[in-house]
Amino acid sequence: MTMHLDFSSQGHYLIALLPELVLSVCAMVVLMAGVSKRMRNSPDRVTDLGWLSLLGILVAALANGWLYGVTEVGSSAMVAVDGFRLYANWIFLSAAGMSVLVSIAYVDKQKLQAGEFYGLLLLSTVGMMFMASARDLIVIFLGLEIMSIAVYAMTAMNRRDRKSAEAGLKYFLLGAFSTGFFLYGIALTYGAAGSTNIAAIAVAIGDGSAHTGLLGFGVALLAIGFAFKVSAVPFHMWTPDVYEGAPTPVTAFMSAGVKTAAFVAFLRVFFVAFDGVYAQWWAIIWWLAVLSMVGANLIALVQVSVKRMLAYSGIAHAGYLLLAIVSNNGTATAGLLFYLLVYTFMNIGAFAIVMTVGDQAERNQRIDDYAGLGSRQPMLGVFMTIFLLSLAGFPGTGGFMGKIFLLQGAMDANLVYLSTILVLTTVLSYWYYLRVAWFMWMREAPDADTHVGLAVPVALRLALIVGVAVILYTGIFPGSALELARAAAESLTSGRFLSLSAR
Amino acid sequence: MITEALFVSALIFAIGTLGVIVRRNVIIMFLCIELQLNAVNLAFVAFSRSVGIEGQLFVFFVMTVAAAEAAVGLAIIISIFRHYESVNVDKFNLLKW
Repeated sequence: MTMHLDFSSQGHYLIALLPELVLSVCAMVVLMAGVSKRMRNSPDRVTDLGWLSLLGILVAALANGWLYGVTEVGSSAMVAVDGFRLYANWIFLSAAGMSVLVSIAYVDKQKLQAGEFYGLLLLSTVGMMFMASARDLIVIFLGLEIMSIAVYAMTAMNRRDRKSAEAGLKYFLLGAFSTGFFLYGIALTYGAAGSTNIAAIAVAIGDGSAHTGLLGFGVALLAIGFAFKVSAVPFHMWTPDVYEGAPTPVTAFMSAGVKTAAFVAFLRVFFVAFDGVYAQWWAIIWWLAVLSMVGANLIALVQVSVKRMLAYSGIAHAGYLLLAIVSNNGTATAGLLFYLLVYTFMNIGAFAIVMTVGDQAERNQRIDDYAGLGSRQPMLGVFMTIFLLSLAGFPGTGGFMGKIFLLQGAMDANLVYLSTILVLTTVLSYWYYLRVAWFMWMREAPDADTHVGLAVPVALRLALIVGVAVILYTGIFPGSALELARAAAESLTSGRFLSLSAR
Repeated sequence: MITEALFVSALIFAIGTLGVIVRRNVIIMFLCIELQLNAVNLAFVAFSRSVGIEGQLFVFFVMTVAAAEAAVGLAIIISIFRHYESVNVDKFNLLKW
C-alpha cells in the first residue's frame, strides 16, 4: 500500500522529512556522546563516534529509500517528495558516509574534537538535504545556512593550525557576503512575483503578472549567489584558499557535498521557477560556464600543490556542470545528477589519497612528493590513478560517462560552442591530472624510506575500495544509475509542466 | 511609500557591499555584511505591505540565521586573533587571497 502525503496536516511534514529527522537526531546524539565523560576518556572515541555517525547515515539512507514508496498530492508544498530530491539525497548520504570513513584516522591523529566534528558533518548534511527538497525559497535559504555555518566551523576546526583558521575566516567572510546577494535576490524575486514558492513564481512569470524589472535584478542576484556557492569563475576566489587551508577530510566533504547541494538548488530554482525568463538568464550562466572551464583549467596547469590543483579541478567541474543549467532540459538534468554522484566518489577518493600520502596531516602535498608512490605503494598508486583518470574523463570510468551525458543534454539544447569548449578544456585537463600519475609511476622516490611506512587505516581502505568500485561500475554499466537519474529529472520536468498548466 | 523604502534598502545594501570591499578590519567587514542582511530585511518588509505576510515571516528567519552566523563568525575571528594578534585581513597571508 502506498502512502499519500497531501500536507494538510503538519504530521505529513514529519513523514516527508524522515531522512533529515533521523540525521538531526543522530547528530545530537553524537554531539552529546562526544562530551560525555566516558567517551572523553576512551582511547577509541573517534572510531566509536565515526561508526555511530555512519549508522545514522545508513538509517537515513533506509528512510530515503522508503520515501520512494510515498506519493505526494500536488507540487506546491514547501518540501518536495520527488525523485529529484531523493536522488540528490543519495549523493549527500554517500558524501557524508565516505567523508566519515576517510576522516576517522585524521581526526584521531590531529586531535580534533570528534563529537563536534561528526555532529557538524551530519548537521551540514541535513542542510544539504533541505536544499534539495526545498520548493520554497525560504527553505532553500535555511538549508543553505544550516549547511554553510556548519562547514565554516569545520573549516576552522583545527585550532592549532594557522592555515585552518585563515581558511575558516576567508570562507566565512566570503560565504556570508554571498549570502547577502542571495538574500537580496530572494527579496526582489518575492517582490516581483508575489511569492517565495517556486511553483507560484513560475505561474506568476507564466501569466505575466510578475514585475519584469525587479525580477531581472532578482534573477541576476540569485545567479551570483549560486555562482559563489558552486565556485564558478569569477566568483571562485575563495575556493583554492579554503580548499588548501581546511583540514583535508573537510575539503573532501565540502568539495563534494556543498557543490552538489548548491547545484541541485540552483537547478530547481532556475529550471522550474525561472523557466519563463530563460531568454534573460541563459547568457549569464553561459559566460560563467565558459570562464570557469577555460580559466580554472589554465590555472590548474601551473599548480605545484596537489590539494590546490584539485581545488582548481573542482572549479573546472563547476564549469562543466553549469552546462546542464544552461541546457535547461531533462537530458542535461539527468546528466548533472549522474555526474555529481560519480564526482562525489572520485573527488573524496582523490582527497583520501592526499590524506594518506600526507600521513594524516597537512604534509607532502606537493606534486614532487608523489614521486615513487607507484612503486613503493602500488595499491595507493593504482587507486589514485583511477581517481585521476575518472576526474579527467577517460573512457571506462564514471567521469567519462558523466561528461558524455552532460554533452548529450547540451547537444539537445544546441549549445555547440559550449560543448566544443567542454571537450577542448577536458583535453587540456589531461595534462595536469596525468602529471601527478606520471610523477607517481615514472619518477624515482628521492630517499630509500619515502612512502615506505605509510599507514592505510581500515576505514579509509574501505572508502577507497567503495569509491573505485562505484567509478568503474558506473563507467562500464552506467545504466542503472542513469535510469534513476532520468526518473529523477522526469519528476522535476513534470513538476514544471504542472505549474505551467496552472496558468 | 514602497518605492522610497526600496530605495533606502538598495542604498544600505550598496554601502554594506562597498564596506566589505574597501575596509580591511575583519570586525568592520562583518558589520558591513550585517548591514547588507538588514537592508534585505527592509526590502522584505516593504514588499510585504503590498504582497502578503510571507515577507515579514522571512525577516524573522533572516534575523535568526544572522545571529547564528554571528556566533560562528566571531568564534572564528577570535581563533585567528590568537594566531596573529591582529584583525587586519592584510596580515593573514599564509594563503594567497
